[in-house]
Amino acid sequence: MRLNDDLIATDIAAYLEKHEHKSLLRFITCGSVDDGKSTLIGRLLYDSKMIFEDQLASLESDSKKVGTQGENIDFALLVDGLAAEREQGITIDVAYRFFATDKRKFIVADTPGHEQYTRNMATGASTADVAILMVDARKGILTQTRRHSFITTLLGIRKLVVAVNKMDLVGYSEQVYEDIIEDFYAFADELATDLEIQPIPMSALEGVNITSRSNETDWYEGPSLMEYLENVPVGDKRLNASFRMPVQWVNRPNLDFRGFSGQITAGTIKPGDRVKSMPSGKQSTIDRIVTATGDLEQGIAGQSVTLTLADEIDCSRGDVIVSADDPTEVSDQFQARILWMSESPLLPGRRYLLKIGSKTVTATVNAPKYGIDVNTLSDVPAKTLELNQIGVTTLSLDQAIPYDPYDVNREMGGFILIDRMTNDTVGLGLIDFALRRASNIHWQAMDMDRATLAEQKGQKPAVLWFTGLSGSGKSTIANALQKLLFAQGKHTFTLDGDNVRHGLNRDLGFTDADRVENIRRVANVARLMSDAGLITLVSFISPFRSERQMARNLMAEGEFIEVYVDTPLEVAEKRDVKGLYKKARAGEIKNFTGIDSPYEPPKAPEITIDTVNHTPEEAAQSILDYLKEKGMLEI
Amino acid sequence: MTTTLTHLDRLEAESLHIMREVAAECENPVMLYSVGKDSAVMLHLAMKAFYPSRPPFPLMHVDTTWKFREMIEFRDRKAKEMGFDLLVHINEEGVRQGVGPFSHGSAVHTDMMKTQALKQALDKYKFDAAFGGARRDEEKSRAKERIFSFRSAEHRWDPKRQRPEPWNVYNTRINQGESVRVFPLSNWTELDIWQYIRRENIEIVPLYFAAPRPVVNWNGVDIMVDDDRMPEDLAKTAVTKSVRFRTLGCYPLTGAVESTADTLEAIIQEMLLTTTSERQGRVIDVDQSASMEKKKQEGYF
Repeated sequence: MRLNDDLIATDIAAYLEKHEHKSLLRFITCGSVDDGKSTLIGRLLYDSKMIFEDQLASLESDSKKVGTQGENIDFALLVDGLAAEREQGITIDVAYRFFATDKRKFIVADTPGHEQYTRNMATGASTADVAILMVDARKGILTQTRRHSFITTLLGIRKLVVAVNKMDLVGYSEQVYEDIIEDFYAFADELATDLEIQPIPMSALEGVNITSRSNETDWYEGPSLMEYLENVPVGDKRLNASFRMPVQWVNRPNLDFRGFSGQITAGTIKPGDRVKSMPSGKQSTIDRIVTATGDLEQGIAGQSVTLTLADEIDCSRGDVIVSADDPTEVSDQFQARILWMSESPLLPGRRYLLKIGSKTVTATVNAPKYGIDVNTLSDVPAKTLELNQIGVTTLSLDQAIPYDPYDVNREMGGFILIDRMTNDTVGLGLIDFALRRASNIHWQAMDMDRATLAEQKGQKPAVLWFTGLSGSGKSTIANALQKLLFAQGKHTFTLDGDNVRHGLNRDLGFTDADRVENIRRVANVARLMSDAGLITLVSFISPFRSERQMARNLMAEGEFIEVYVDTPLEVAEKRDVKGLYKKARAGEIKNFTGIDSPYEPPKAPEITIDTVNHTPEEAAQSILDYLKEKGMLEI
Repeated sequence: MTTTLTHLDRLEAESLHIMREVAAECENPVMLYSVGKDSAVMLHLAMKAFYPSRPPFPLMHVDTTWKFREMIEFRDRKAKEMGFDLLVHINEEGVRQGVGPFSHGSAVHTDMMKTQALKQALDKYKFDAAFGGARRDEEKSRAKERIFSFRSAEHRWDPKRQRPEPWNVYNTRINQGESVRVFPLSNWTELDIWQYIRRENIEIVPLYFAAPRPVVNWNGVDIMVDDDRMPEDLAKTAVTKSVRFRTLGCYPLTGAVESTADTLEAIIQEMLLTTTSERQGRVIDVDQSASMEKKKQEGYF
């Protein structure tokens, strides 16, 4: 199994010729340290000569120092990477390992098996063709085996190896093995209908059925693990699918050349083929398939190419060039399965960035319909998604995108969610289907438009958004301003946090998720009021920048005026008009802004009010002056 | 007509995809060019990724002033031939202080002339993305490195804050001052690199091929006498041996291996039959087991 081809020594040129034509297989190993997973990977690397003498020397010394195999080599130490992990004896991330045999090159995603590392396993599974599920022969199918099977099939893997390991500890008993396999088949039906399952009895420690079939299990007639990995067919499904290529980069070296660079995710393409650019649906014909080493007669799934089209159609980064015979659908509302990957839970109603292929859009993720218990595979109620939780939810995008369901094409149906403030990748999503609602609800066009309604009132609509800590003076200043505006004959209305929570929002609490929903509703009400032509004063703590940004985006250009009532926490707490800080400090109120819930001050508010050096009346007057200056109080 | 892709085809396609994502999404990318074989492959891939356009970013070499002379000649000739915009950055402060491996040792030299110099250069040009030729098979802590590796405004690498990278969807977004190191060769192995060099006929620095060269034994490693900055006592112990280099860096920190392999085929043959790993010739890795991870956290590439 090692690269022990005699040709290396005798005819290196012939050897290299042969080895340039290896195929590539990516697989993931699932299991915990106890199952012998690291031992298995260590052995695969060792047996395929991926370990050099100096590494072996440090492995031997490490084995004696911290190994678990006495005087023997502890293969597991080969694959435990980061220093912190070595100290704790656990693997906490996805590590990629490489080895090659005479037939194939392999990329192994090595991921930890515990539930708290579900996101790592999903990441590793996303690019894998095959999953190896480690099962301890002494323990049989455990909850974690079900979880690993679920996660890997969720991410689209259809070829599963059930590696029944540590057979040496059960005397290589055929009966033990058969019982385990039967258990596995019994629940595998729930996962997917098109699974290809290969059970293998083995001992990674003893090297049984790893690289070749062993006499220890003479009752077993299937392949050794390596025989399986070297021969399992991959990639054919993608090749036979309809053509898809997300455009990454418009290639325009000069005025005579306009090409579209991207990696083909499915199907094949030839010059002369009819294609469409999605989402526009504009049709053209492939002119050339350009690469640096010459034009291709045919481009196939997996290749990175540059396409030129016969017609000058509008096509740019984020669009997808697809087969005209079988184009993608386009939608802006989806049902999707989402795996949450961030320590901060999903905030339903908040807007996240969604990246799919080469396209990034803004998406509102709605409250989950239900969560999925990764251990029992049953549906569970869920209001939000925490780290490593999987749920089914709907999303609304700010624009329509071309897509295929994830189970049809991973690259065309898999997306990530990005937090707009931290830029962290917080979720991974799989599109199931589009919701048809997008095309059914039409905006009702009004004869009396908002401009007419405002004109009637002799003013321009505006939303004055007062944000600041509890007790900062928001409502007091808003009240004073409203009096001034009323005196000038202006039409106003105040939305106050406390008051709205008694009615419209009385079902909401003070968790982060509820705060987001609170603001979403209020922002929409404010928008309706400004449509009616009113000057609306909104007085809400609204602690998060992203929700205030959401409110701002909702309003017409120039109509959102953010008023930051900048009162330091000590001052607000000292005033404590409602006695809330005292209660919060005493632990009687949870999630109190400034105490145990964050306040994110505005970065560029239109108006900042200093309440330490100014009275509420002075503050109100300064806002009135601002409105006059901006011409908001006249038509 | 191609109907299946080999492992090299797939690695190449993946690297091209990564480079195009950076060109499309990052504002001011740069390709770090170390003049070594991995850099040669990376440069070759960049030419392919954007063809018929030119790669839309410059090359930058962080020159410690202690590189092999042949490397510098090769670098300047290549940049000229390929018409690349080449930036060379040297830590002038280090030069003023006379920092070098013989006088200050490898740790101080590497920190000043490489790690600090790189940070200076990235700050100076305000690059938000820097391609590097590192591979996951090189070293244990690299095995967990992302393809897009995020660095704080202080260039620090925080292993706990790296972003998940499902499929080939990369989140390239950063805040002001932060940057990203991008490794398009992540999934290549040393053997893949050599096979690709051979398949694509990529020119590499002659130091990779065996030739008679003057070497001295320093700290247990054979190093080449490349200029007269080597302490005289040491230089006069030089003997001529047929040697080559498996990696290239600062000449006093790069161990030579005795070899007669003077063709690509012979090098690959030697590699396949050899029993020591590529990094063994590098002096900086061997201090302690987790040393690379520590250096990465401090901002070393």
